[in-house]
Amino acid sequence: MSVLVVAEHDNKNLKSSTLNTISAAEKLSEDIHLLILGNKIEDLAKSSKSIQLVKKVIICDHEKLENQIPELSSPIISNLAENYSHILAPSSTFGKNLLPRVSALLDVTQISDIIGIESQDTFIRPIYAGNAISYVQTDQKINLMTVRPTSFEKCEETGGDAAVENISFIDSEVKTTFVSREVSKSDRPELGNARVVVSGGRGLENSDNFKLLYDLADKLNAAVGASRAAVDSGYIGNEYQVGQTGKMVAPELYIAVGISGAIQHLAGMKESKVIVAINKDLEAPIFNIADYGLSSDLFQAIPEIIKELDLLNQIET
Amino acid sequence: MKVLVAVKRVVDYKVQIRVKSDNSGVETQNVKMSVNPPDENAIEEAVKLKEQGLANEIISVSIGDDKSQDVLRTSMAMGIDRSILVKSQNTLEPLAVAKTLKIIIDKEKPDLVLMGKQAIDDDSNQTGQILSALLNWPQGCFISNLKIENNKVFISREIDEGIENLETSLPAVLTCDLRLNTPRFASLPNIMKAKKKPLETIDIDTLGIDTSSKIKTLKVIEPPKRKAGIMVNDVKELVQKLKYEAKVI
Repeated sequence: MSVLVVAEHDNKNLKSSTLNTISAAEKLSEDIHLLILGNKIEDLAKSSKSIQLVKKVIICDHEKLENQIPELSSPIISNLAENYSHILAPSSTFGKNLLPRVSALLDVTQISDIIGIESQDTFIRPIYAGNAISYVQTDQKINLMTVRPTSFEKCEETGGDAAVENISFIDSEVKTTFVSREVSKSDRPELGNARVVVSGGRGLENSDNFKLLYDLADKLNAAVGASRAAVDSGYIGNEYQVGQTGKMVAPELYIAVGISGAIQHLAGMKESKVIVAINKDLEAPIFNIADYGLSSDLFQAIPEIIKELDLLNQIET
Repeated sequence: MKVLVAVKRVVDYKVQIRVKSDNSGVETQNVKMSVNPPDENAIEEAVKLKEQGLANEIISVSIGDDKSQDVLRTSMAMGIDRSILVKSQNTLEPLAVAKTLKIIIDKEKPDLVLMGKQAIDDDSNQTGQILSALLNWPQGCFISNLKIENNKVFISREIDEGIENLETSLPAVLTCDLRLNTPRFASLPNIMKAKKKPLETIDIDTLGIDTSSKIKTLKVIEPPKRKAGIMVNDVKELVQKLKYEAKVI
């Protein structure tokens, strides 16, 4: 049977989470269809058809789909469902907001945030903030799943030539109107798929001090992250939060600065390849999972690290 | 306005959970249980709406065994007027939870339903969205700000890119993020008072809905442990290790 992947995008480009989700779909079927619901998405459709793993791109292009209101998009998806064995969406705030509505319309139980696919009907998902891993099996007529992007490689964006099919918009009476989106502009890599992440916690003490982290991040071409404590204290915006109720990251290098390491934070970053912890409190639990720990005052350590990195660069050039 | 808050009893967020030795699940006997943290934000928001004079009745609902009375009593100690416990011995999947809540909502006819954005035990993050679809009411998920004026509802949602602001109307289903508010502590006098507030019990079998599991848990295992690393003495050593040992910079 075919698998449908619901694309996350901004009407111009696919989010990288879509590419991870397509890789997950590859484990289920060779016939992968990509559904793009949006406004003025002709160019997006053209660029998406070159994804090698995608056999068909299904487009629903309508001005009402500009802002991804789930009340509007979910009936369009459920209407296509009978053609598919599985429907996948990224386990981002986009997919979390949307796919459970589809599950309600289809009267099936969705499986959230899968990190592995054992077979057509058996999936692996973390529970309890990743402190336990659950293997679940289902025999429902259709499987709806959100996919944790960091658990699957990004698929190639080139090499393919998928067919493009336009489907008509199904209007629903919706009482919700979009007002605005407050998106922080940054030249740094996206937190969800950066190679290096530099994260700050309560130890940074205030938002001004986060500038230290930005300087370090820029030296390493890293994304910036934060603990819930730092976000709750208003040092930095919610979109930077790493953890059980924030973002999941799995970079090659994660540098935790002034973060004690509550289990809820570890849930979001413990899949990182190399973890560095910098904290003056030797008892901080973050040291139990760090590959390299440095017990030091971060206000001294960070400028020193920047200096050392500059020295390394000088030697190399 | 009448507000209904859905509350789940979960293993306390501070407990280091243990996987059962037979790999059938997670140990929940003899561990501290509490109100699911973002459900506390939902309770707090309902209490605030009542204090502001916007809500005249606020009720809480939980689904679970008799012990779930604890979390309902906690909600009443925080200011909820009365509670309903839907008694179920089995753990329900989000779809079944939403169907159960819908029956209670059809009966109670609230104008607003609040709940946490996810339960910290199964981390599904589904129930509010499903309920909103079943009721055909507007959905507002992961909200960090709520303002209600003349039946208009203004919400800020925490999304991966930042904040999204939406306008919608009542009735609505809203799921709460941890930053929506700071839940109050129940004072001792209020804990005593809560013991006298009404708590109705309904047996789930009398509701006539299919609450059977659609998902079978084959096994639950512990995640792979990270092996302990090393402490470095100074910044110089750290940078050298990252460069030449880990080769990540």
